[in-house]
Amino acid sequence: MDWGAIIQNSFRGFIGEPFIYFSLAAMGLNMHYGYTGLLNFGQAVFMAAGAYGLSMAVVTLGLNFWWGLLLGIVIFPLLLALIMGVPTLRLRADYLAIVTIAASEMFRIIARSPSLDRWTGSSDGLTAFANRFYDFNPFDKQKRYFFGLFIGNQMWVVLIGWIVLSIVVLIVWMTMRSPWGRVLRAIREDEDAARSLGKNAYWFKMQSLIIGGMFGALGGMFRAIGTQSAQPQNFITDVTFFAWVALILGGAAKVGGPIAGAAILYGILNFTDVLLRQLVENGYMPEAIMDGTQVGQVRFMMIGLGLILLAIYRPQGIFGTKEEMALDDR
Amino acid sequence: MTAEPSTAQELFDGVPYEPGAAKNDPILVADNVRRAFGGLVAVDVEHLEVQLGAITALIGPNGAGTTTFCNLLTNFDEPDTGDRLFEGNDLLGVSAYKVANLGMVRTFQLTKSLSKMTVIDNMRLGGTEQAGESFFRALLPFLWRRQEAEITQRADALLERFKLSHMRDEFAGTLSGGQRKLLEMARALMVRPNMVMLDEPMAGVNPALKQSLLDHVTGLRDEGMTVLFVEHDMDMVQEISDWVVVMAEGRIIAEGPPESIASNQAVVDAYLGSHHDSALDLEAD
Repeated sequence: MDWGAIIQNSFRGFIGEPFIYFSLAAMGLNMHYGYTGLLNFGQAVFMAAGAYGLSMAVVTLGLNFWWGLLLGIVIFPLLLALIMGVPTLRLRADYLAIVTIAASEMFRIIARSPSLDRWTGSSDGLTAFANRFYDFNPFDKQKRYFFGLFIGNQMWVVLIGWIVLSIVVLIVWMTMRSPWGRVLRAIREDEDAARSLGKNAYWFKMQSLIIGGMFGALGGMFRAIGTQSAQPQNFITDVTFFAWVALILGGAAKVGGPIAGAAILYGILNFTDVLLRQLVENGYMPEAIMDGTQVGQVRFMMIGLGLILLAIYRPQGIFGTKEEMALDDR
Repeated sequence: MTAEPSTAQELFDGVPYEPGAAKNDPILVADNVRRAFGGLVAVDVEHLEVQLGAITALIGPNGAGTTTFCNLLTNFDEPDTGDRLFEGNDLLGVSAYKVANLGMVRTFQLTKSLSKMTVIDNMRLGGTEQAGESFFRALLPFLWRRQEAEITQRADALLERFKLSHMRDEFAGTLSGGQRKLLEMARALMVRPNMVMLDEPMAGVNPALKQSLLDHVTGLRDEGMTVLFVEHDMDMVQEISDWVVVMAEGRIIAEGPPESIASNQAVVDAYLGSHHDSALDLEAD
């Protein structure tokens, strides 16, 4: 048993690339669901908007990297939010849920269609669009950094990821202490009450959808930059629900909830992955129970078990407060 | 404690006791307001004027359409046809939140306290034209901190008046039903309305709290606000209203000062015709 590898991998999951992009996506969901009460089951499409915004700008349209950032972080998510929000935000919460889940599947299926190969690269996706990003990399590509966890290029992605994540946390923290955040929370509690006090609930919901979507786009963009590729398969529905798991684990409507949730989710995923592999390789795990090819599935089963236990013993999430949860029943 | 004498009766000098009577100084005028749900005509009001600076009660047996009419007047529901003028502003196509900003604020039959927000945050929410309600300015606290302090001060004064100060930092969800009614009324005042519309302010309130609620409602009028309230509690109607409008089956069937209503034949028919067991004690006098 190589305990060093187990600890190192778990720690990498805790702070590494997947942690960064799922935290960002979950921060967006927290804005949507935790603070405003919007049910977004298509965060993957906002993530895809970030990834494809950048990659299409650079590869398909031949624009420079900076225009790619603008397109991916601002313009694509903004348009998406408007397209999905304008028809649904005046209606009950369920309609947005339906539209978001449909939109995320539509985007993925359209993006991989062979007839759009020239634009989206179809199922192979687009590659090599973030060279400009790595041009600024101050780290040595050959060396390992941060307790040997990341090689130079990864370190650069992760470092910028941490910085962007901190900025997003700061934005959420500040806005949620402001009158703007107060209106969002009021809308979550009771939209009509907010309206009766002169608040334009529709517009505030739209702002929340746009801003949360932009956080999601940042997450998707990091995923694309980290792997230098934007592929439809990276934005399947599971991705949305991973972000949801991170949010629920950590606790909705808490600023740090999504981050803690994403860290724990990927920490546990990596930990169980390496642990199970080592157990199998070293013969501690009887063949009858599982073999090496099943490790991937078993770790998700364990996450599922963990979520069930969480729902039973700590439904408010790790950072949530029980008192607040109890108010729902009154 | 006895009822305070009504002070706004003289506003109705010369107004005939009949449905759709023209008032001396109307703040709100509704014309041919009609709303049908499928085949059921819930509201069909030919004409109604609400007197400025008075307490008007809107009563009616269950299903008379009072709450629907309330929703139509505040644009929480759109009428099929009809015009509504509030202080001369046509309300056609105006969003509900804009109606509130025009100065007509409503409360709800089922109290809408924002459970997972503190009492003081419930109050602060009512402040209008808050600079910090813009996303970008929200990131720059120095732009709204002073306004926030001013709003908080006003909120605290109102909480004091409505005797909710001790609950200031508790979640609104922990308040009792009566306290929530008080909070909702206090919160509505944060908007600084010219007119408040209370939908069944007494529903589910214990008798001890009732008297203080009544005092608060008359207090609103004494401050110059116009009050329109929907209520089934006849004691409250008799005690504090200056003018009573009676609805039945979506129409206005009678209007007049509270004394005149109890003896009105149309009202007696409306209540006793379909509700023999009504708590309304119409034949006492």
